[in-house]
Amino acid sequence: MTTQNQPNTESEGHPSGDDRYLSIDKSMRQFKYEKDSLLEVLNAAQEVFGHLSRDLLIYIATHLNVPLSQVYGVATFYHLFTFDPQGEHNCIICKGTACHVKGADEIIAALSEEFQIEAGETTEDGLFSLTIARCLGSCGLAPVIVLDGQVYGKETPDAVTRRAAEVVALSRETLAENVEVG
Amino acid sequence: MNFDKLEEIGNQERSRQEAYKRRIFCCTSTACLSAGAGQVHNTLDQAVAACQCDANEAEVVKTGCMGLCSAGPLVRVDQKGQDPLLYGNVSPESAQYIISKHVPIQRDDLTVDEDEMDQSVAPHDFPHYRASLRRIRTKTDFDRLIIPLDIPFFAKQEKVVLNETGRIDPDKIEDYLAHGGYRALAHVLENMTPEEVCNEILGSGLRGRGGAGFPTGMKWNFVRQESADQKYVIVNGDEGDPGAYMDRTVMEDDPHRVLEGMMICAYAVGASSGYLYIRGEYPIAVERIRKAIRSARRWQILGRSVMGTDFQFVADVRIGAGAFVCGEETALIHSVEGKRGMPRMRPPYPSTSGLWDAPTVINNVETMANVPSIINKGAAWYANIGTEKSKGTKVFALAGHLRNTGLIEVPMGITLREIVYEIGGGIPGGREFKAAQTGGPSGGCIPMEYLDSPVDYESLNQLGSIMGSGGLVIIDDSTEMPDFAKYFMEFCVDESCGKCVPCRIGTVQISKLLDKLIAGGGSLEDLEKLDNLCQTVKTTSLCGLGQSAPNPVLSTLRYFRGEYETLVQDAPAD
Repeated sequence: MTTQNQPNTESEGHPSGDDRYLSIDKSMRQFKYEKDSLLEVLNAAQEVFGHLSRDLLIYIATHLNVPLSQVYGVATFYHLFTFDPQGEHNCIICKGTACHVKGADEIIAALSEEFQIEAGETTEDGLFSLTIARCLGSCGLAPVIVLDGQVYGKETPDAVTRRAAEVVALSRETLAENVEVG
Repeated sequence: MNFDKLEEIGNQERSRQEAYKRRIFCCTSTACLSAGAGQVHNTLDQAVAACQCDANEAEVVKTGCMGLCSAGPLVRVDQKGQDPLLYGNVSPESAQYIISKHVPIQRDDLTVDEDEMDQSVAPHDFPHYRASLRRIRTKTDFDRLIIPLDIPFFAKQEKVVLNETGRIDPDKIEDYLAHGGYRALAHVLENMTPEEVCNEILGSGLRGRGGAGFPTGMKWNFVRQESADQKYVIVNGDEGDPGAYMDRTVMEDDPHRVLEGMMICAYAVGASSGYLYIRGEYPIAVERIRKAIRSARRWQILGRSVMGTDFQFVADVRIGAGAFVCGEETALIHSVEGKRGMPRMRPPYPSTSGLWDAPTVINNVETMANVPSIINKGAAWYANIGTEKSKGTKVFALAGHLRNTGLIEVPMGITLREIVYEIGGGIPGGREFKAAQTGGPSGGCIPMEYLDSPVDYESLNQLGSIMGSGGLVIIDDSTEMPDFAKYFMEFCVDESCGKCVPCRIGTVQISKLLDKLIAGGGSLEDLEKLDNLCQTVKTTSLCGLGQSAPNPVLSTLRYFRGEYETLVQDAPAD
């Protein structure tokens, strides 16, 4: 059953020489290049690259011997996969029921206003992404947000905006300094 | 390794724990962590070290959820010969107080010059740390952080599934063994036939905790009676309901219990392989379950010969990538197979043709977590809890406009009033109770006049809601019901997989009608249309998602029609 999968397993690594592809290879090897492992491999890929680029999808399709259309179909079906690079800073707003009734929408509106982006978008300078989560499962602390991996509970629109603006301003300064030095 | 050996390891761990004069438990589940429990835990550790007391004076233990998430971070002190003390809203400073109050501090005779102190030594070795601990001991105002353990929030609960969460270290299999872990599995393997196990579960009256409430024993019997070489067990940990985190807590805080339940199920139905399908948004749950599998394998609880018997079982984790529809069993199976998680027509049911066309049992995390207790204490004991048709307990994630929010486990048949006003402590801010929302996007809103109805599968169905997986969101009178219904409808529009027409198009149209009504452009005719459309989607959709998607709209139309009619009357004339 594995014969049709074999030809592709020899050519490991990406022609670009990007090392990150090696860990995708590792994941595929772990699942013996079974077609069933597609979701697991996509998960691993997203973890390493942060998003799924066209190149990455083609790479996975070729190595698992699954049509690209199917890889694309599966990847677009699930919410967890993103196809655009994420910003340097990421703020996830929980939109679960508990957070909804406690004013998550106001937090989203405040951040959209501050950074001039819609939910799910990244600012043009690539410094900030605004992401919506269906539920982070910390309903006792609603409304909940995650800023750069740190979870904050019982939040207010003002506090979140201030916190987010601070981290972004810091990155912007560093960027400006680097440009001056450069 | 046979069970006697495992029991010995458990006994060793128990005597190790009993040697301590006091054990200090710090909740490190997600809710408490986001309230700062990580720092609190570090402080507790450091302060105990700084006391430089005898080794058997105190141990700091990282545990899972203690329930009252709104008062996190929580710390519990269990002292020998004394009642346990629970501290809420613990900060690093009050953590030092807790230690200084309960743990003896070594005496220092010499005075120390801070400038001359050797900075390379860890801070807890500094005598001045001890001095500050002594000072903080006098600040008795920290005693107000003590939460009495006899308040209704705790007294009204009955713990089966959550019995060990908050008491054990989820990362240590020894701790689970010390609390009687894997005894049920050993008993089943030694003394019971698969048929007896199925009948025991059937006799307990346990019903699926994922929401639909199908009798678990019956499901197991169907699969057991199939004559296939390969059968599978799948544990559904894809908790998609926004506003619910029961399954996450059980997987994170007592992972071995889930594993044990799963293996008892596998033995009962004759499966040798199984998957735990866990939501991708729950990285800690994935990590803890994986760790539990690794340690179970190391102790030969999982593998070719489970506890030295002929029974073999391998378990693996599959990560769900965020699709609400994957809670539906046929969709979940497709997802485990690495495909788009779309449901298919039933029959054939998964019990005859499931994962890779083999007979498959799919049970929710909470269902599986009930199994070890039923085997240990007997079906009759379990059947004694709850109502005539709904046996046992149910875990709810209590959230929304309430004083006490968190994770609770209550006997079936408890009234909503008891949950809201006694366990939940009532509505804060001088507001009024408006509705209790159960079952998330598949459930409905229960108004004030039905607060005294019992919480069981049948009663909730009659009220137009469902038991669901355990989300229970209480809303006060600041929430507009049409808006609330629309929130759930938007969720369903987003989550509809698009396979069947009623769900794909119907949910969008319902959502548009709601938009029109909320904007004030609707008429009475639109309300009729809304009602009709909801009925159509409910009766003609392919799977549970579509069939239950109109519930939030239908139940609010039923109980809060006035609010919809106000929108219509206020509308400008056409």
